[in-house]
Amino acid sequence: MKTNSDRPAQSEVKKALGLGASNRYILNLYVAGQSPKSVNAIANIKKICEENLQGRYELDVIDLYQQPQLAQGEQIIAVPTLIRKLPPPLRRIIGDMSNTERVLVGLDIRKNA
Amino acid sequence: MTKPKPKPKLKSKTAPKAKPTPKPRPQLPKAPTGIQGLDEITGGGLPKGRPTLVCGGAGCGKTMLAMEFLVRGATEFNEPGVFMAFEENAKDLIQNVASLGFDLKDLAARKKIVVDFVYVERNEIEESGEYDLEGLFIRLGSAIDSIGAKRVVLDTIETLFSGLPNPLILRAELRRLFRWLKDRGVTAIITGERGEETLTRQGLEEYVSDCVIVLDHRVSEQASSRRLRVVKYRGSTHGTNEYPFLIDADGISVLPVTSLGLEHIAPIERVSSGVARLDAMLGGAGYYRGSSVLISGTAGTGKSSLAAHFADAACRRGERVLYFSFEESPSQILRNMCSIGIDIQQWIKKGLLQIHANRPSSAGLETHLAVKHKLISEFKPQVVILDPLNSFVIGDNEIEVKSMLIRLVDFLKTRQITGLFTNLAQSGSPVEQTEVAISSVIDTWLLLRDIDSGGERNRCLSVLKSRGMAHSNQIREFMLTDHGVELRDVYVGPEGVLTGSARLTKEAENEAAMLIRNQEVELRRIELERKRTTLEAQIAMLRAEFAVQEVASSKIIGQEKAEKAQLAQGRVDMGLSRKVDAKPNKQKGGSK
Repeated sequence: MKTNSDRPAQSEVKKALGLGASNRYILNLYVAGQSPKSVNAIANIKKICEENLQGRYELDVIDLYQQPQLAQGEQIIAVPTLIRKLPPPLRRIIGDMSNTERVLVGLDIRKNA
Repeated sequence: MTKPKPKPKLKSKTAPKAKPTPKPRPQLPKAPTGIQGLDEITGGGLPKGRPTLVCGGAGCGKTMLAMEFLVRGATEFNEPGVFMAFEENAKDLIQNVASLGFDLKDLAARKKIVVDFVYVERNEIEESGEYDLEGLFIRLGSAIDSIGAKRVVLDTIETLFSGLPNPLILRAELRRLFRWLKDRGVTAIITGERGEETLTRQGLEEYVSDCVIVLDHRVSEQASSRRLRVVKYRGSTHGTNEYPFLIDADGISVLPVTSLGLEHIAPIERVSSGVARLDAMLGGAGYYRGSSVLISGTAGTGKSSLAAHFADAACRRGERVLYFSFEESPSQILRNMCSIGIDIQQWIKKGLLQIHANRPSSAGLETHLAVKHKLISEFKPQVVILDPLNSFVIGDNEIEVKSMLIRLVDFLKTRQITGLFTNLAQSGSPVEQTEVAISSVIDTWLLLRDIDSGGERNRCLSVLKSRGMAHSNQIREFMLTDHGVELRDVYVGPEGVLTGSARLTKEAENEAAMLIRNQEVELRRIELERKRTTLEAQIAMLRAEFAVQEVASSKIIGQEKAEKAQLAQGRVDMGLSRKVDAKPNKQKGGSK
């Protein structure tokens, strides 16, 4: 599953340099099948992203049952886990993303941004 | 290496007599660990297909034990394993266990072992809502499936409690994890850090209840010792003592060392002790090659000198000797041995003798053992000398020292190396008693003793035991001369055993006494002779007297007879003249 808006090359570069919160977000959400927590997490994070990061985020949802080797590669223990790949530093948020406040803090997104 | 046999024996002994047929009881299936000694204690290994908790303080060897379990399983029992590390990353882990000779990289390449490092960093993690540990399950599951693992190690899963929020979820998930492990049928070791009042900090023993092993690393008298105890083993009997264990180049080994097979070949070749008289005491030929020799004695009785003699004799035969000294430096040994006429410098120059001197306190027992192993493997000596053994005993680690000695002796024996150990016995205490502990591994035991009498101390040597040879039961006086050790017979008499100048005095006294006695004997002989002549003269006189009397007596008897005959004749004549018809007898009867 891939949800994204426009992705100009320039912002990609800026983002790689880690310039400010206004830059692009690359998020990976790791879930385990269609468990209630997974389903909730997907719905919640999509909503949060649309509301706060519209147009400047990339969200990959990965089912660990389909790609179990990624659990080791990405150091996943808890499910669901959301990993903020960019901007640095790497952040992890675990849980079904039901606490929006926490997700925003974890992703370092200011509400008024 | 594993012997699950002692177990059934034990069971059948305790089995109730009511059973009519001695059916073999269904045994709890066990997964041998391959760790020396541990399989003996647990009666065959850890419970197969179940999790085992190994807990203990920091640095007590939890990870080592778990890793050895895994590596031995993969290499010896064809049971591949997954090592999930929560504390050390894979690279560190590979380096750390390489010191035990475990090549994890190679095992991983051969799909025998998977090492997965679980990285949990609290700072990076934010919690938002409910979560579970399905990720860990998937990860573990895929690792198990990738190599068909039968064994799993989780080291140390409690790290999750500090890395992840919400302990309640964690607890529930851990419970699920251990159940899941059981369902998968893998034999697992879960390690846990020791807690304040519980076995583990997070009370893991609550979840893992099939088998619990506690490791301990304690320091007494500045010397550390490791111990292991099986606290619990559901469905199986097990040794409940605390067993000391060592970690060395071959991994972990737990006492009892019965796991070491007594299979070494016993050579019949004999080697000289370097002292001719001592060889004579030992059945005329010296020690057996490949045997273990203990020389114990009080301070200054010449233990090192005897050891040096043996080293010298071995070098003369062209053999290599490795001399471990724990009290004297090499140059000190050379000087001291020169004083009794043993030049061992020449052997060092020729490369036949190596002296390694260091203090026992310089390292732990395990390290000492590892170093010895290494040196012996490199130098390949025919003779190894440890001088002295008891300096390893610091505090109350005697059992560990014994374990070390047993393992060293067994190691030497399998290589047919003759081992000579000296041991300082405390004066005043019965030597035999203090060393009961190590006696069992010693083949030939020489006892050196001081005998304190007549204002001097003299050394005595006796053979306490010597397996497989007719050895002397005599005490010999032991002298250190400028040309080495000399043995002399001691004086044994009614006053006991005398040595030194007392012996010399006594010998002189004896000679004098003997002389006097000889003279006395001569005197008596003469006296007897005199008596005999006197008596004989008396006898002759009596005989002569008797002869005279005999003649006189027979003369009287002749006269009497003649008179009697005359009288009788006279009576008959008278009767005839009186015309008596009746016989005198009838006359007598008629009157009655």
